[in-house]
Amino acid sequence: MQCDICGQNQATVHLTEIIDEKMTELHLCEECAQKKGAQMESHFGLADLLAGLADLGGEFTKTKKETKIKCPRCGLTYEDFKKVGRLGCGDCYQAFKDALLPLLKRIHGSTQHYGKSPGRVANVVKAKTDLQTLKDRLQRAIQQEEFEEAAKLRDKIREIEKKKSK
Amino acid sequence: MNIDDLLNTQGEWLKCTGPNSDIVMSSRIRLARNLAKYPFSHWASKKEQETLLRITKEAVNSLKKIKAPLCLDISKLDSVDRQFLIERHLMSREHSVDAENKGLCLSEREVVSIMVNEEDHLRIQVMKSGFDLRDSWYIINDIDTELGNLLDYAFSADFGYLTACPTNTGTGMRASVMLHLPSLVMTKQIGKVLEAITKLSLTARGLYGEGTEASGNFFQISNQVSLGHSEEDIIDNIERIIKQIIDHEHSAREALLSQNKSVLEDRIWRAYGTLKSAHIISSSETIDLLSLVRLGVDLNLIKKLDRALINELFIITQPAHLQKIEKKKLSPNQRDVKRAQIIREKLG
Repeated sequence: MQCDICGQNQATVHLTEIIDEKMTELHLCEECAQKKGAQMESHFGLADLLAGLADLGGEFTKTKKETKIKCPRCGLTYEDFKKVGRLGCGDCYQAFKDALLPLLKRIHGSTQHYGKSPGRVANVVKAKTDLQTLKDRLQRAIQQEEFEEAAKLRDKIREIEKKKSK
Repeated sequence: MNIDDLLNTQGEWLKCTGPNSDIVMSSRIRLARNLAKYPFSHWASKKEQETLLRITKEAVNSLKKIKAPLCLDISKLDSVDRQFLIERHLMSREHSVDAENKGLCLSEREVVSIMVNEEDHLRIQVMKSGFDLRDSWYIINDIDTELGNLLDYAFSADFGYLTACPTNTGTGMRASVMLHLPSLVMTKQIGKVLEAITKLSLTARGLYGEGTEASGNFFQISNQVSLGHSEEDIIDNIERIIKQIIDHEHSAREALLSQNKSVLEDRIWRAYGTLKSAHIISSSETIDLLSLVRLGVDLNLIKKLDRALINELFIITQPAHLQKIEKKKLSPNQRDVKRAQIIREKLG
C-alpha cells in the first residue's frame, strides 16, 4: 500500500480520522506521518496555553489600545506576544511589565528573582535581594508577633535605605 | 573529534556509575541565557542570528572549563545526524527544524552541550549518570559564570535572567531527573505519584522531553517554577521529592518480589528470551522489553548482564543510531531487522 500523501513510499502508519461524524482512513509513510503528527501537535502547544494565560494580564489587556503597546526596542506588540507566547527581547519585560507581572505570578507564584546573577551586576543585585529578604523577614516576624525581632529588622532596613539615599 | 566519533564513545550519563543508578538513569540541568544586545532568537534577523552564532562559538571555544569542544552547524547536518543528536539527548527536537544559524557545542564525553539560537540564544546543559544534580549544578555553574564574563547576558534585578518564554525567566534553570519506575507502573501506583508531583510544582514527561509519552517506564521529572527561588533551593526541593519516589519504587519492587515473584520472573525472563531470539523488532517493543530486563538485573534475577550494556542498547537501537551504525539510510522494516540483529549480538 502506498502513502496517501506523497504517493511514493510504502504506507506503514494507518490513521482513522473522524471529521463531522464521517470516518476516513489515512495510510501514510513514516515521513508524512511525522509531518502530520507535528501538525497535530502544533494545534495545541505551550505557546497556546501561554497565549491563553496572557489574556489574564488584568486591567492591562482589557482595552484594545493597550494591547497595541509596542516594545520600543524590538517592536514586538503585546498582541504579538499573545499569539506566539514568546517575547521579542529583554526590554519587552520592562515594556509589558504591567501585563507580565500577573502572568509571572500565575506561572511561578512570584515576581522577584532570587539566586544567581552575572558577575558584573552581582553586587547591585545582592544589595537589592538582601533588602528584599529583610523586608520579607520583617513581614513574617510581624505576622508571628515576634515584635522584638521585628524592631531589629526594621532598624536594619532603615539603615540600608539611609545608606542608599545618600 | 567529529560527530561520527560519538558513536564509538559512550556518553558519561550512560555509564551507570552515579548514585542510585538502579533507578535513576541520569540527572540533567539546563540554563537558558540570552545576550542583552540582541533580540531573542526567533525575533532576531538572519544577520543578528549569524553574529550571535559567531560570538557565542568564540566564547565557548575560549572556555577554560571545556577543552576542545566539538561545535556543529545544525544546517550542515543531514536528517539522520540531527536525529542522532536528539536520541543522545544532546539537543532538542525544536533545534533540528529551521536549522539556519543554529549551532551545537559539545564537551568531551558529552557531559556539556550548548545549543546556540534555540528558543534562547544559549541553552547550556550538563548531564550526569545517576542521581547527581549537585555535581551537575557545580559543573554548569562554573561554565555559566565563565561564559557570563565573556558575554553580556540579558538580566534584570527583578526578573533574573531574561528568557524568550516567561516560563523560564528568573534562574533560567530546569533541573531534571530521568527515573526508571517499572514497579510503580506494575503496581498501578504511578498515577498517584505523578499527581502528587504536579501539586509540588514539578512536572513529569517521557523519555524525550516535552510532549513525549512515557515509554519503557521512564519518567523525566523536572521543576516547573524558575522564578522566586534560588538555584540551590530548586535543586533541594526536587532532590527531596525524588528521594521519596526512589523509596516508593524500592518498596514496590520488594512487594512484587514477595507477593508475585514467579509472575515477575516469568515476565522478565520472557522479555529477555524475546530480545535474545527475535529477528524483527520495533523500537517501542525493544524499549518495553529492555525495561523489564533492566528490572531483572536490578533485582539480581538476571546475574550475568551489565546494566551499562542495557543502557547502551536503549540508545543504539533508536532509528538514527541504527542508520549511523549501518552507515546508510534504512527503511522502518530494515531497521526492525537490523535492531533485532544488534540486540542478539550484544546479548550473546
